[in-house]
Amino acid sequence: MRSADNRITAAVRARNAAGQGAFVPFLVIGDPDFETSLVLAKALVQAGADALELGFAFSDPPADGPVIQRADERALAAGITPPRAFDLIEALQKTHAIPVSLLVYYNLVLQFGVDAFYARAAAAGVDAVLVADLPPEHAADAVRAAKRHGVAPVFLASELSPPARLERIAALAEGYVYALARVGVTGEQRAIDPNLAAALERMRAATDLPLLAGFGIGGPAQALAARRAGADGVIVGSAIVRRVADHLDDRPAMIEAVRATAAALADAAHAPIEPKQKSPMPSGAVPC
Amino acid sequence: MRHTGTFGRFGGFYVAEPLIPALEELESAWIEARDDPEFAGALAGLLRDYAGRPTPLYRSPALSEELGCAVYLKREDLLHGGAHKTNNTLGQGLLAARMGKTRLIAETGAGQHGVATAMIGARLGLDVKIFMGSLDVARQAPNVQRMKLFGAEVIPIDNGSGSLKDAINEAMRYWTEHIRDTFYVFGTAAGPHPYPSIVRDFQRVIGEEIHAQLHAAHGRGPTAVIACVGGGSNAIGAFARFIDEDTALIGVEPGGHGVDTGKHGATLGAGRAGCLHGSISYVLQDAHGQIHEAHSISAGLDYPGVGPEHAHLMASGRAEYISATDDEALDAFAWLSRREGILPALESSHAIAGARRIADRFGPDDVVVINLSGRGDKDLAHAMAALDAREAAR
Repeated sequence: MRSADNRITAAVRARNAAGQGAFVPFLVIGDPDFETSLVLAKALVQAGADALELGFAFSDPPADGPVIQRADERALAAGITPPRAFDLIEALQKTHAIPVSLLVYYNLVLQFGVDAFYARAAAAGVDAVLVADLPPEHAADAVRAAKRHGVAPVFLASELSPPARLERIAALAEGYVYALARVGVTGEQRAIDPNLAAALERMRAATDLPLLAGFGIGGPAQALAARRAGADGVIVGSAIVRRVADHLDDRPAMIEAVRATAAALADAAHAPIEPKQKSPMPSGAVPC
Repeated sequence: MRHTGTFGRFGGFYVAEPLIPALEELESAWIEARDDPEFAGALAGLLRDYAGRPTPLYRSPALSEELGCAVYLKREDLLHGGAHKTNNTLGQGLLAARMGKTRLIAETGAGQHGVATAMIGARLGLDVKIFMGSLDVARQAPNVQRMKLFGAEVIPIDNGSGSLKDAINEAMRYWTEHIRDTFYVFGTAAGPHPYPSIVRDFQRVIGEEIHAQLHAAHGRGPTAVIACVGGGSNAIGAFARFIDEDTALIGVEPGGHGVDTGKHGATLGAGRAGCLHGSISYVLQDAHGQIHEAHSISAGLDYPGVGPEHAHLMASGRAEYISATDDEALDAFAWLSRREGILPALESSHAIAGARRIADRFGPDDVVVINLSGRGDKDLAHAMAALDAREAAR
């Protein structure tokens, strides 16, 4: 197993060892343009990110809510392509040794060439790749390529995934498991799904990998709630990407808003919390 | 999932994790319903008494003369709702009710599938939401009015290009958010497994009737079946019965301004294999995999993807896919109206145009069936304006 030395796994474990949670903010590469998104990525690192999740813009992203759809549209309008997106990651790695996970849709991987995609990802300094619309049943080619090139294949797990499915996901996954904090698409929510704690407990029974909660973490309060529910860290997308959209006319204000938002989220994610109480719910129960 | 839903190297279920349990639930319900005589009886009753099946198989003198052989039209235009879409929505609607779902959602382009979904929603007392690109809402006002009369909520989609593919994306998002009580009535033989198989099974009645009616009328099966292909539901329904026989299967894609102009919807003719809306099939896309807009005079064929079974039928050489341009379809629309007093949908006009284009292939012993998938009343304003503009340009 290579997962033990994956940089993301190590970064999350280091936080957890100190009683803290990991903070993994998300940006769409090339939003609002190539240069600015590189500056934004660096601002996220300075704000306390333990790793970055970086999205490849896609014309038809059905797992994404409106905030990230708009970001994809802006990035595509500004000319981003997968080869350019890899260039940005490479440029970022030259100045900031930050672990990077990619979020992509499968058609971009297919058209790049599955093996070539993971080879290029590894060369650019990518640690992990989540293909949002690639379930484990169809992931054989991608997982083989990922492992060949030393990139961790990441999978989504939801509260609706029954234990047998979680086992299947765990058998393929490396790096971390992306624990869906809500059943739905990306976008900020005011409250954490009440089923998250039980879902995380079931995932924990299936895997030793870190569990990073994402989708719907709207702000520091939800980040803290996800930690209390048992997540090893949080992934936050729309709440950060929204700051880009809010300041399209003013780059310095955009960068500062992204930095400040990320810093507040990092504080919440990193705050030490009491050890989690045992959930009263039996770990095998499936709410459905 | 009990099956992977693959057709050769195409198909599958490429969706995010939250949708998997919903697709599994749907697959199980469909497999059980298929084998349940009570479900089959209820569907057959609705198809007969509510929708008007069987639809006639009509021998067209004008087309027979034009192609130099016996040509029959399968009159899906006479089905309740005005198109073959009703076959599928009655089936999926009954499946939804059987699964205890209380809300139907659907995407629609030209509005025919939206109307057919709103219809069964009204009939079964289910809440209906229809996602429709805002451009299409403007282009297809009569169908929007029909959906609203049937009690459906029509949600205009401004995302992306505001057309059918964006409506599908939005319906998938809504479904992801509401999977516990919502049934997604997918309109064409595309999307993630099990939809391509479910839609084919519910549309298969078209080919079954063609087979029986042609044997009764002509004492033999067809030598060729011709149908238009957008996503491909009417075509797969017409083809399915004949895949294991030696009937020629010919799909006609929308050639738009011409397949070499880039403004068309000929996904099989000019696309590449890719992943869109939950399955691997042919896709109109750029070199990096971003999805292109399709173009067709017919809103119902205006789709940059195509059902995975068609991709397999083409790749394996079992079916052939040709195209007809906007102009050729308009000609066929006017020609059939004038010669037969039958007003075909612009979608179905592509099938007529495709048949005319390859007329020299047929000899006197051939028996050709063209699936007339829908009626053209919905297209009147749009088609008349296009015909007038063409006249003025001459």
